[in-house]
Amino acid sequence: MTVLVDKNSKIIIQGFTGKMGSFHADEMIKYGSNVVGGVTPGKGGSKHLDLPVFNTVKDAVNETGADASILFVPPAFAADSAMEAADAGIKICVAIVDGIPSHDMIRIKRYMRRYTKSSKMTLVGPNCAGIISPGKSMLGIMPGHIYKEGRIGIISRSGTLGYEAAQQLKNLNIGVSTSVGIGGDPINGSSFRDIIEKFETDDETDAILMIGEIGGPQEVAAGEFAKENMKKPVIAYIAGLTAPKGRVMGHAGAIVSAYGESAIEKVEILKECGIKISKNPSVMGDTVKSVLEKM
Amino acid sequence: MDIHEYQAKKILSNFGVTIPRGGIVYSPENAENKAREIGGSRWVVKAQIHSGARGKAGGIIICNTPLEVAQATDKLLGKKLVTNQTGPEGKIVNRIYIEEATDIEKELYLGLVFDRSSESIMVVASTEGGMSVEEISKEKPETIIRSKIEVAVGMQNFQARELAFGLGIESDLIRRASDTIIGCYKAFSELDATMVEVNPLVISKQKQILALDCKMSFDNNAMFRRSQVSELRDKTQEDSKEIFASDRGLNYVSLDGNIGNIINGAGLAMASMDMIKLAGGAPANFLDVGGGATPEKIVKAFKLVTMDEKVKVILVNIFAGINRCDWVAEGIVDALKKIEIKVPLVIRLAGTNVEKGNKILKESKINYIEANTLEDAANKAVAALNK
Repeated sequence: MTVLVDKNSKIIIQGFTGKMGSFHADEMIKYGSNVVGGVTPGKGGSKHLDLPVFNTVKDAVNETGADASILFVPPAFAADSAMEAADAGIKICVAIVDGIPSHDMIRIKRYMRRYTKSSKMTLVGPNCAGIISPGKSMLGIMPGHIYKEGRIGIISRSGTLGYEAAQQLKNLNIGVSTSVGIGGDPINGSSFRDIIEKFETDDETDAILMIGEIGGPQEVAAGEFAKENMKKPVIAYIAGLTAPKGRVMGHAGAIVSAYGESAIEKVEILKECGIKISKNPSVMGDTVKSVLEKM
Repeated sequence: MDIHEYQAKKILSNFGVTIPRGGIVYSPENAENKAREIGGSRWVVKAQIHSGARGKAGGIIICNTPLEVAQATDKLLGKKLVTNQTGPEGKIVNRIYIEEATDIEKELYLGLVFDRSSESIMVVASTEGGMSVEEISKEKPETIIRSKIEVAVGMQNFQARELAFGLGIESDLIRRASDTIIGCYKAFSELDATMVEVNPLVISKQKQILALDCKMSFDNNAMFRRSQVSELRDKTQEDSKEIFASDRGLNYVSLDGNIGNIINGAGLAMASMDMIKLAGGAPANFLDVGGGATPEKIVKAFKLVTMDEKVKVILVNIFAGINRCDWVAEGIVDALKKIEIKVPLVIRLAGTNVEKGNKILKESKINYIEANTLEDAANKAVAALNK
C-alpha cells in the first residue's frame, strides 16, 4: 500500500488550461505521475498538453477512469470545484490554492458528510504543497528531486519547511515513503490526525515526521491519537517559538488564540504523548535518524 | 480584517441587535451638536481605535453636558492611545463615537468564533460581562456556556433560548435576548466574519437588551465578495510597513528585534525566526515572500526590510524548489543593484541548483556572508550583529 497515491493513480487537473495548472501538470508528468487529462468548463473536447480536456469532472471520470485530482482554480471557485470532484467519485483531491474563505471550507466539509466512509473523497489542503510518493507519483507542486525513496512519512503544514525536512533526510541518506502537505489554513480537508492514521497502517512507512506550527488544535489531537493508537514512532517539530500571540503568521491558521496553541505549549503536550521532539528546525533529519537507530 | 466599534454596531443593528443611540464625529464642534441631537442628559465619548481595553487607557469618557462632550472629544482626537493590545507605539484616534449613556442593570458577555476542532461556529456566553474572555476563563470558568452551531442549517431558536436562559435572563426578555443572539450569528455567517464579540451585552434598567461595546473581525480571504465590509478598512490603524507589504502581496508582521528576515514560505519563516532566537538574537520581522520567491517579490522584500530602522542585520533564507536557486540568486543580485544595503547581509540558499546559485552570488559584486544550513545562517546573522 502507498499512502493516498501510487503509480496507478489516474490524475486529472482541475483548472487545467490556466497558467498554474499547465505548468504544474507538466512538472507532474515529467516526474512520472499518471496524468490522464483535465477539466476546464467550456473547453471540453479540446486537447491541452496532448491530453483531453473535459467540461465536468464527471465527464473526465467517465472517459478516463480518473480517481485523483488536483485543483488550480482561483479561490473564489475552489469550494465548488472540490465538491464537484467529491460528487464525481474522485478518491483523492489536493487543493493547492491559497485564499479559500473559511466559511467555504466548512461548507465543503459539511457537504461531504452525505457520502459513506467508503465512497468519501479524501481532500488534502487547501494552501498546501500536495502529496508525493517518491519514485511513484507526485500530486503536488513540490520539487520532486529533493525526495529520496524510502520509509519515512512526512506530514507538514508548510510547503518549504517540508522541503527543508526532505532535504535534511536526503543528506543523511534517509528516504521518504510519502510526504503530505496538509496546508496552512485554519480549516483544512485532512488533519494531522487523519494522515498519521493512514501512515500507521501503511506497510511502506516505518516512522512519521510531523511538522506543525502555532495555532489550532490539530497537532495536539494527532499526539493524543498517537499515544493511544500508534506503534510507529512519531517525531515532531513545531514552528513559531518567537511568534507573538494574536498575530497571523503568514498562514491564515497560524495564530495563537487559545491555550495549547503556542509552540511551547504544543511541544510540552506532544512530549507527554510520547512524541520525540526535534528541538529546532535544523535537526529534523538528525532527530529522525536517532529514532531510527534505536528501532 | 478588523473594523471599529461604531462600524460593528451599525452592522449588528442591521441584523436586529439593539444599540444605544449614537453618532460618529471628527471634531469637537461636531461632537457638541451630535450630543444635542442624540439627546438625554449623559453621554459617553469613545475613542475609535482597533483595540480593546480602551477604557483603562483613558479612551472612554463619561460626560454630563454637551460642552463636556466637546472637551472630551478635543482631548482624544489626534492622540495616540496605548492599550495592552496596541503595543507601546499605540494607535491614533481619528474618529470619536458619541453615545447616550446607558443605565446598566446587568453586564453579560457574548462572543462568536470559529471552533477549529469541531469545524463549526461556537457561541460563547457568560454572566460576567465587562471582563475579557481570557479573564473570565481564568477567574470564573464556571459561568461560561457554549453552543456549537451547525452551519449547514444555521442557528436554531432553541439554541439561542438555551443560551438566554443559561444567562439567567428573566422570562419577559428571553425573546429579545434570543433575537439578539441570532442576529449576531447571522451577521457572523452572512458576512464572512471570523469573530463577533459583544462585551458587554447589557440589560438596562429600562429592560432593554443592548450591545454596549462590540468588535468584529473578518476573513481576509473572503473580502473579494464582501465589498461593503472591505470598504470599512481603516489603514490608519495598521502598521505602515504591514500595509506596504499587504499591498505588494507579501506576508509581513513587524516584531521587536533587530535581525530583518526575507524568507519564502510561512513555516520556513517561523522556523528561521526560531533559529535566530536559539542563536541568541531576535527577529525584527516575519516576512514570507511566497513559496515561489520571484525576483520581483525579492526586490519588494528588500525595500520593505530596509524601511525598518531597527534592522541591523538582514538574513535571507530561500529554499528554492521549482524556482531554482540560480534564478533566485539572480533576483537577489538584481535587487541589490536597485537598493543599497547598509547593514551586514547573510544569505542562505537551499534546494534546486544550490551550487549554481551560490556561484552567481559569489561572482557578483555584492557584499554578503554565505551560510549553508538554517543553523549556520542564524549563527552568522547573530555574529554579524555583535561585530
